[in-house]
Amino acid sequence: MPKRTDINKILVIGSGPIIIGQAAEFDYAGTQACQALKEEGYQVVLANSNPATIMTDETMADEIYMEPLTPEFLTKIIRKEQPDAILPTLGGQTGLNMAMELDRRGILEEYQVEILGTKLSAIEQAEDRDSFRSLMYELNEPVPESEIVQSIDEALDFANSIGYPVIIRPAYTMGGTGGGICETEQELIEIVRNGLDASPVNQCLIEKSIAGFKEIEYEVMRDGEDHAIVVCNMENIDPVGIHTGDSIVVAPSQTLSDREYQMLRNVSLRIIKALQIEGGCNVQLALDPYSFDYYVIEVNPRVSRSSALASKATGYPIARIAAKIAVGLTLDEMINPVTGSTYSHFEPALDYVVTKIPRWPFDKFHAANRKLGTQMKATGEVMGIGRTFEESLLKSVRSLEICTNDLYLPNVESISMETLMIRLKTADDERLFLIAEAFRRGFTLEDVHQYTEIDLFFCIN
Amino acid sequence: MNYMSNRYLILEDGSVFQGKAFGAPVQEKFGEVVFNTGMTGYQETLSDPSYCDQFVVMTYPLIGNYGINRDDFETITPSISGLIVKQATEYPSNFRKEWSLNDYFKQKNIPGLSDIDTRRLVKTIRERGTMKGVMVDSIENLSEIESNLNDFTYRNDQVKRVSTVKPYVVPGKGERIVLVDFGMKHGILKEFTERHCHVTVVPYNTSSDEILQLKPDGVMLSNGPGNPKDVQEGIDLVKGLMGKVPVFGICLGHQLIALACGADTHKMKFGHRGGNHPVKDLRTKEVWMTSQNHGYAVTPESLGQTSLTITQTALNDGTIEGLEHEQYDMFSVQYHPEASPGPQDSNQLFDLFLSRINGGIIHA
Repeated sequence: MPKRTDINKILVIGSGPIIIGQAAEFDYAGTQACQALKEEGYQVVLANSNPATIMTDETMADEIYMEPLTPEFLTKIIRKEQPDAILPTLGGQTGLNMAMELDRRGILEEYQVEILGTKLSAIEQAEDRDSFRSLMYELNEPVPESEIVQSIDEALDFANSIGYPVIIRPAYTMGGTGGGICETEQELIEIVRNGLDASPVNQCLIEKSIAGFKEIEYEVMRDGEDHAIVVCNMENIDPVGIHTGDSIVVAPSQTLSDREYQMLRNVSLRIIKALQIEGGCNVQLALDPYSFDYYVIEVNPRVSRSSALASKATGYPIARIAAKIAVGLTLDEMINPVTGSTYSHFEPALDYVVTKIPRWPFDKFHAANRKLGTQMKATGEVMGIGRTFEESLLKSVRSLEICTNDLYLPNVESISMETLMIRLKTADDERLFLIAEAFRRGFTLEDVHQYTEIDLFFCIN
Repeated sequence: MNYMSNRYLILEDGSVFQGKAFGAPVQEKFGEVVFNTGMTGYQETLSDPSYCDQFVVMTYPLIGNYGINRDDFETITPSISGLIVKQATEYPSNFRKEWSLNDYFKQKNIPGLSDIDTRRLVKTIRERGTMKGVMVDSIENLSEIESNLNDFTYRNDQVKRVSTVKPYVVPGKGERIVLVDFGMKHGILKEFTERHCHVTVVPYNTSSDEILQLKPDGVMLSNGPGNPKDVQEGIDLVKGLMGKVPVFGICLGHQLIALACGADTHKMKFGHRGGNHPVKDLRTKEVWMTSQNHGYAVTPESLGQTSLTITQTALNDGTIEGLEHEQYDMFSVQYHPEASPGPQDSNQLFDLFLSRINGGIIHA
């Protein structure tokens, strides 16, 4: 289908300031989107409150509003600019939440602004834990046993019925803010209280813990004609239990056989088609390392941090293509800008391995709790490309700029055996170096695997 | 592991790649060097009979990560000449793992070559096309090896060597399918048994009369290795079956249908091998990601005089990927709807075949 000619002016909502849990990746996506829309000849109006990004550079859009990203200011912008359409799915959670709020307040209807890309109803279906679960039941896709609670008492009741440990996930938050894993009632009370506060709708999901499963992500794209592809899959080295933003991630997956890969690929495509996403989407899955059992953990119905990684890892410009899908183009008619000759309806085949390591700010925040869990603590990430896993991992380590070129940190060498074992188990930002230290001290592969539940393949290398 | 000894691959253009040996020892083994872009599925690939007499280079660098399991074979005895990888994982990890790549290759007497710059090798093939190659453990007498390589010509009896010798039955209570084995992947058989069909697998040189005597509801022509023009038995078979029974062809089966209808086939520069080939259906506009393994293709210009219609083409280079006969119930695809390995987007073609047999839908 050719691009739409009934719209001229498009408002793009950026992601605002860079905060923990919402990193610069969204600027990358938003910038690509603005360029893509301009390339197709549309007038682009950009709203972003962050002056420190290339996205608010004069050349990126036709009109730039560096105003706070609140419904009030956005309403003013809409009133002044009278855009035909709004593209909210490329500015992270902030952009999405704004579009939903504007819709709720009737602003979009009042000024006849159409929402491009994925429909808000689909976004709500993916983000609202309850309707998402119903959809998964409908598709016959397994999700971990869970319940939505609005009070601490409800949370306690449910946790007692399914048994600890359980995971708390507050609804509509970024980077898992306010969530966590709890082993005891005490922890549950504390985390649920925080979680209910953090959630704009005062909802938390209490979920059976599937910690120890392999965490696999698929980056999927779909256009308005129901063509859908997988751009890339990724495997978290740290098993389920640690937020993907805080996990070392490799692309493509390393320990999945073709059957496992295709099974999860089919699941991801079924979900994106059922949600009728138009653009990019990230599907997170948990796979039992000892069987074909899997669970769908979560779906991000927008361009996300993982898409930025997948995009850089494969060279496939997800945000750019997503923006063009939003204005009506389809995957099989867009030329792949990387090859210049083939089409965007394509699943990249890599001949290298990509490793991402998160960069934590604990060298600046000495007092912070370094323990990693379901709430993201990293503020950045580095990526290394190599022809072997070792090469890409070590390249990433060097890029971390933490004064080491190897899997060696001086302070790790001096810790006691007992501390080493405890820290291997609990996972913190120096885990990678602790593992290397454990091997130097003669730990076997099985020992390390037992403590960390990291797949043997990664331990070996 | 005593695999660290040297091993070499010499191409007909004179390039020599030095790497490390794994799997079985090798004296002097000749074959065609082709590449595959799949990131998973090496076990299915190395056991796919369509790779008979070929050295397969995997573009993905880490091969063997999840080991070899007892389930994912496409044939019992692989006929691949050898496997060429950047890194053959020594300690694989997966709950289904039974053997490492190295152990399995020793068992099956297949040589492997690792630690070479596979990216350079693949670029060479992409530029110059697939080439003859020879794998050796020593290059002391390089000039002799090179002259032997020069003299080497591709065999043309691959189908005969990989096809079953005798017919066999996989009983089921559903439709009766005769599956002609030109080098059949087990994946195709599995698609029919999963649909409860009663399948009779017959050798490649079974005549159409013998097949029709079995009173099949439908005939499936399998994939297979080599040049379709070398398989005259298959071409004659299609001519004898056309219009008498519904026919579905995959890969080599597709090419045989084209030849039997008077079209021509040609050898491609470096073929399509991998799991990321988009194919567009010209009727429904759907695009499927398909698994492919073919070095030959049907020549578009040759279809003019035939009763065949192009139904599907490769999105990127326009290669013919699907054909349909205008009068008879016969259709075919160049790619692998059974996947194994690869994406399963086109799996519904088996349902389409069965529904046609049952007099259901005529067009996709």
